[in-house]
Amino acid sequence: MLEAFAEFFRQVAEEYPRWNFIFFHDERQFWRVVSGFQYTVVLSIACVFFSVIIGVVGAWMQGSPLKWARRLVQGYIQFFRNTPPFVQLLFFYFALGQFTPTITGPDGWTEVPLISNVGWAIISLSFFAGAFNVEIFRAGIEAVPESTTEAATSLGFSRLQTYKEVVLPLSFRVCLPALNNNLVNLVKTTTQAVGIAVPELLYECLGIWNDYPSALYPTMVFLFVSFILLVGILVFGMHRWEKAMKIPGYGG
Amino acid sequence: MNTENWTPDQPIVSIKEVHKSFGDLEVLKGVSLDIMKGEVICIIGPSGSGKSTLIRCVNALNDIQSGSIQVEGQEVHDPRLDKLALRQKVGMVFQQYNLFPHKTALENIMMAPVLVLKEDKDEVEKRARALIAKVRLEGKESSYPGELSGGQQQRVAIARSLAMQPDVMLFDEVTAALDPETVKEVLVTIKDLAQEGMTCILVTHEMGFAREIADHIYFTDRGVIVEHGPPDTFFDKAQDPRTKEFLSQIL
Ligand SMILES: Nc1ncnc2c1ncn2[C@@H]1O[C@H](COP(=O)(O)OP(=O)(O)OP(=O)(O)O)[C@@H](O)[C@H]1O
Ligand SMILES: [Mg+2]
Repeated sequence: MLEAFAEFFRQVAEEYPRWNFIFFHDERQFWRVVSGFQYTVVLSIACVFFSVIIGVVGAWMQGSPLKWARRLVQGYIQFFRNTPPFVQLLFFYFALGQFTPTITGPDGWTEVPLISNVGWAIISLSFFAGAFNVEIFRAGIEAVPESTTEAATSLGFSRLQTYKEVVLPLSFRVCLPALNNNLVNLVKTTTQAVGIAVPELLYECLGIWNDYPSALYPTMVFLFVSFILLVGILVFGMHRWEKAMKIPGYGG
Repeated sequence: MNTENWTPDQPIVSIKEVHKSFGDLEVLKGVSLDIMKGEVICIIGPSGSGKSTLIRCVNALNDIQSGSIQVEGQEVHDPRLDKLALRQKVGMVFQQYNLFPHKTALENIMMAPVLVLKEDKDEVEKRARALIAKVRLEGKESSYPGELSGGQQQRVAIARSLAMQPDVMLFDEVTAALDPETVKEVLVTIKDLAQEGMTCILVTHEMGFAREIADHIYFTDRGVIVEHGPPDTFFDKAQDPRTKEFLSQIL
């Protein structure tokens, strides 16, 4: 069955030289795209996760009574929102990367950086998307009426309890559509990690079409389809979540 | 005076010469009143006279500039005061109910005792169900606020405050947002409470109700208590021209 599949694409490549789906009939190239795909998925999941956490914590700090905490968040947002994410990535990896400690690698004699290029990609992209998430969550928090949080206060809730139990659950529902958009963008932006040689999907695809110019079109098609699939899964999940969180008799 | 040497024969809530301003606007200009345990008092007065502000000061939702408010002998505006302990003692019900829209009626009632007082969940649930019965909402345990009428929501809000087992209840125009037909069901709930001996401070525009349940009526205007007295004296023999004018407009 698999052999027939590979054979079919070998035939296609022979008949139409520009449509060499090499990763469907050459085992080595096949594993290259699989590995690239895995990296992209890992990057996406990690960045979505951390950027949401940054958003939640940042929005909480923005409502803090401490002036320096609010300033810090404001400065962070300004920096990450107003500079290109690609430049941020290069900055993290090449500038900050120089100052992070190294550890002895698995071979026992080379020094490897504590934070790998994958690590830097996750950090940089999470902070980038996190800056937008802070703003998105803040808008959601502002939509929660003060009278509702006041009720929590009058029942003895602490500020943190009010945030966790009342403000967050309500604001999440308000800001899901905006969050959805930002996370979709984030998944697509993971391709920038190619700039610091993270072997994610785009990196592997570039490699393949450099090695096999006949595979250029098929690889591009494959890239598009992969991202449509990935983003589709994300959007599907977010919509399911949105539905599951819907409160009877509340909101639109 | 502190809680240790407070005895029930002293006022449970004691407000003395309270001044409160929002910026340049002085809203309370030296208000004093005492409430004994088990008493029901009603505060009435024109819009903007500072009624809400006054009762919000009692559970420290608002701070004050000078004067003193003591609950069971404890100074409310002492910065060292444990606000949690105060808010456990003083329940508050708002005009707009302010239920948590993402929680069912039962969850709304259970939340504070479980989260704030760290009480046992099963225990709290038993109490919450009893409270639902008390406010006559059996069968609505798993309804969300959005699925309840205004009057039903307000009764859930009352039950939610009662779940903290407070010693004093504050009601701020709790029927003002309701349809005339549903006002009654909420008033009945409050009356039940008052008859059980709950200390209540009510801000209300329901004069008939105030007359019926209050032990004492306070009339406020522009940040001062103009006149006060037992309901019959207050309503029938008002002295101050401002009180008379207000009563003639509203009755
Ligand atoms: N948070 C606030 N900031 C500034 N001014 C306020 C604030 N809250 C109340 N005020 C002002 O204080 C005054 C008294 O308000 P308060 O709500 O206590 O009146 P009230 O007697 O409860 O009136 P109503 O019957 O309309 O509820 C009003 O002039 C109001 O504008
Ligand atoms: Mg008011």
